[in-house]
Amino acid sequence: MTENTGKVISVNGNLISVEFKGAVSMNEICYVKVDDTPLKSEVIRIRGNVAQIQVYEMTNGIKCGDAVEFTGEMLSAELGPGLLGQIYDGLQNPLPVLAEQAGWFLERGIYANGLNTEKKWEFTPTATVGDVVRAGEYVGTVPEGSFLHKIFVPFYLLGSYTVKSIVEKGEYTLKQTVAVLTDERGCEIPLTMSFKWPVKRAVKCYSERLAPIETMETKVRLVDSFFPVAKGGTYCTPGPFGAGKTVLQHTTSKYADVDIVIIAACGERAGEVVETLTEFPELIDPKTNRSLMERTIIICNTSSMPVASREASVYTSVTLAEYYRQMGLHVLLLADSTSRWAQALREMSGRLEEIPGEEAFPAYLESYIAAFYERAGYVRLPDGSTGSVTIGGTVSPAGGNFEEPVTQATLKVVGAFHGLSRERSDARKYPAIDPLISWSKYTSVIDSEKLQFCKSILHHGYEIGSMMKVVGEEGTSLLDYITYLKSEMLDAVYLQQNSFDLVDANCSTMRQRYVTDKLVRVLGSNYSIQNKDDARSFFNNMRQKFIDWNYIEFKNEDFNKIESEIDKLYCKANGELDKLAEKLLKDGE
Amino acid sequence: MRVSFSEDLLGRIFNGSGEPRDKGPALTENMKAIGGPSVNPTKRILANRMLRTNIPMIDMFNTLVVSQKLPIFSISGEPYNQLLARIAMQAEADVIVLGGMGLKYDDFLYFKDALSKGGALSKTVMFIHTASDPTVECMMIPDMVLAVAEQFALQNKDVLVLLTDMTNFADAMKEIAITQEQVPSNRGYPGDLYSQLASRYEKAVDFADSGSVTVLAVTTMPGDDVTHPVPDNTGYITEGQYYLKGGRIEPFGSLSRLKQNVNGKTRKDHRALMDAMIRMYSSYKETLEKKNMGFSMSRWDEKLLKYGELFENKMMSLSVNLTLEQALDLGWEILADCFQKEETGIKSVLIDEFWPER
Repeated sequence: MTENTGKVISVNGNLISVEFKGAVSMNEICYVKVDDTPLKSEVIRIRGNVAQIQVYEMTNGIKCGDAVEFTGEMLSAELGPGLLGQIYDGLQNPLPVLAEQAGWFLERGIYANGLNTEKKWEFTPTATVGDVVRAGEYVGTVPEGSFLHKIFVPFYLLGSYTVKSIVEKGEYTLKQTVAVLTDERGCEIPLTMSFKWPVKRAVKCYSERLAPIETMETKVRLVDSFFPVAKGGTYCTPGPFGAGKTVLQHTTSKYADVDIVIIAACGERAGEVVETLTEFPELIDPKTNRSLMERTIIICNTSSMPVASREASVYTSVTLAEYYRQMGLHVLLLADSTSRWAQALREMSGRLEEIPGEEAFPAYLESYIAAFYERAGYVRLPDGSTGSVTIGGTVSPAGGNFEEPVTQATLKVVGAFHGLSRERSDARKYPAIDPLISWSKYTSVIDSEKLQFCKSILHHGYEIGSMMKVVGEEGTSLLDYITYLKSEMLDAVYLQQNSFDLVDANCSTMRQRYVTDKLVRVLGSNYSIQNKDDARSFFNNMRQKFIDWNYIEFKNEDFNKIESEIDKLYCKANGELDKLAEKLLKDGE
Repeated sequence: MRVSFSEDLLGRIFNGSGEPRDKGPALTENMKAIGGPSVNPTKRILANRMLRTNIPMIDMFNTLVVSQKLPIFSISGEPYNQLLARIAMQAEADVIVLGGMGLKYDDFLYFKDALSKGGALSKTVMFIHTASDPTVECMMIPDMVLAVAEQFALQNKDVLVLLTDMTNFADAMKEIAITQEQVPSNRGYPGDLYSQLASRYEKAVDFADSGSVTVLAVTTMPGDDVTHPVPDNTGYITEGQYYLKGGRIEPFGSLSRLKQNVNGKTRKDHRALMDAMIRMYSSYKETLEKKNMGFSMSRWDEKLLKYGELFENKMMSLSVNLTLEQALDLGWEILADCFQKEETGIKSVLIDEFWPER
């Protein structure tokens, strides 16, 4: 590699101007030497022979004249076996390794390899000598947790290659060559089990992109039934602080029906990461009977860590997601919070003295957000299998006002919107997703007509509720009042869910369908109720039964017992199905 | 910038540049850099120890947890410094580090007085910037305070950091950023307001096999507006917030995000009772609104009204001093005074066990 160096000519926060001699490319990685400590940085603007670079570390102590070394490489992620279960910072340094080297604190200038190069993996070749392979096809596999990790022909190799030699089945480290390819001109390319890929470029080694139609179960009733998310889809969860964005993502990361979950804690609290770190190794994934940690990767760049690597962390995590997608797996990427990432862009933009857009965010904010979410997708791979990356991002709008640039830019490109409301969270309604403003373009796990029926009760109930605030209870007809109580009950027993209760938090699709049917029966019936007090007491009783029902394992003895109590209560009030509900229930059978 | 660190700090008062403001000798030994790097997340442990304050609105409804960072959102004129001083004296902490930013001189005297009367002065270090001191010193206060707190924590001490008032700190930052001709982002505050506040608040930590730092910081909301950039950004950083309004900690909006780490272990009715009481109080507020608009009250409304009044007087008032267990018992009493069992929405098993006999 040619030595290409420069020297610092000015410092402004984490933005540094460097005068250089040779050739420097955009987004190239370079190191600023401060008292012999190299600080990783990235070129973000070049003007003449001056490059402006953002430093991924604290910049105190950098002086004019300090040396800068350019590497000629882009910011890349190391891809290979051993990613699962890791805890990385935004630049893919494993945090436990840094802790061994530096102790309590994240001292600057210490970097570690993203993958363990000492560990041996059992490699089984799948390609044979003479095979013609292309980027994104694989030459062998290694077992990683409960998955078969495919060893790919690196995604950056263009054209087709012939396998010249491949090793026998056996144990190898990531440094050892496992295969040698020759290109059309006969040049040899040795392959190891890992390779690097620049994080800001999307991996496109698939045959086609498919429409996201398969629903991704999250076990949250309000999401799966009302505002579903599809595998390969995108969704966003904006909400004011304290509305439960992170708790919702945390539950999703535990129960979501996917193969791999990547958690990008981007500019948020360190405590939340610690919670995941403490909890996940203890939890068992029911699908594989292994620790939940084995299907999880955490990219953690918390709010007090340097802001430039916060920006990088989002790209690092989506790159890892795409890598596992290439193996035919379903990956869920949870980014918390994309607003912090946007703020990181804003900070840099401010230092670069770019012309500010709305609320001082840079003008390219929208296209950056769109490009990020577009890396999600359901794809068919070269070998015919399918894989997906689903992206769920939280948004933290300033003041809880959804009219701000980040929320609006995100809403344009996602397929589902789970808007959290302050009112619902203040009333301790979890999840605080507001059913009146949220939407989803994906397919629900319950029948769409039943869903429509439930939604109309909610809307109707809300209208009556707001009217009742003006005209009072006595100004409301008994019929309207009952509809109002029905909507309240639907909210309390179906939309709300206790995330701390092991049974209630994990509500399967089967169960959601079953409970919905029962609810359609109860809510779609007329009762012989004479006055409002009776109505209130009937629905209170009913609600209580349903709540108790939610806490009991599906279809066990107690479950059936409470169900019969519900039926008894229903009969006692002379419940009689109205026409619409009768039709819905008949269709479902 | 560096600050001296030793046991000699205890009982002393300094200004924003680390010089004594209590006529004592200057300390220059064992200088430690301020604003150091952040803690490696893998070296933190899950916050899981309750910090008892004997204030029901905190202990029962929004439990304070060791190593938590919590702001007290308040408008000017509320007794936030009094609340801070009371928590300082009643909370179990080995060391208290108090940082005053833009403090009125009489508030400074109040803290000194209250802590020495409460006998807590000997375990307290104060870094005080009063309103008339240079602005740059105001910006130094949190870093000084947190550097000292961190050092105590590394010596296996549980440290409680009290900061008042962070809005003055943010305003100092704004003043200096604008003087430096930086592009302002929102209401004149610099674009990195979030990162700046976060790097301070994130110093709250529970070290694996060592001490801890808990941060309680007052943030006054200009014009009672929680969407103002300072409280807004703060809310996104901290692990909850206490709203101080009308001399009470408001149950709505107030939130301790870490409470579920501890309130499952206190008593098994804690969570359910807490949720039910808040839900009822929220219904009470709606009813109150209806009543004020002159609607006639149903039987259910009457029950709610009775409940709301009991709740406000017996639970919310800041003068109430009860242990958590006493507060829970009181909660069941209040519910039983006002409602039938099935009206509460609490799981039946808990009702059977805790519902007071009448």
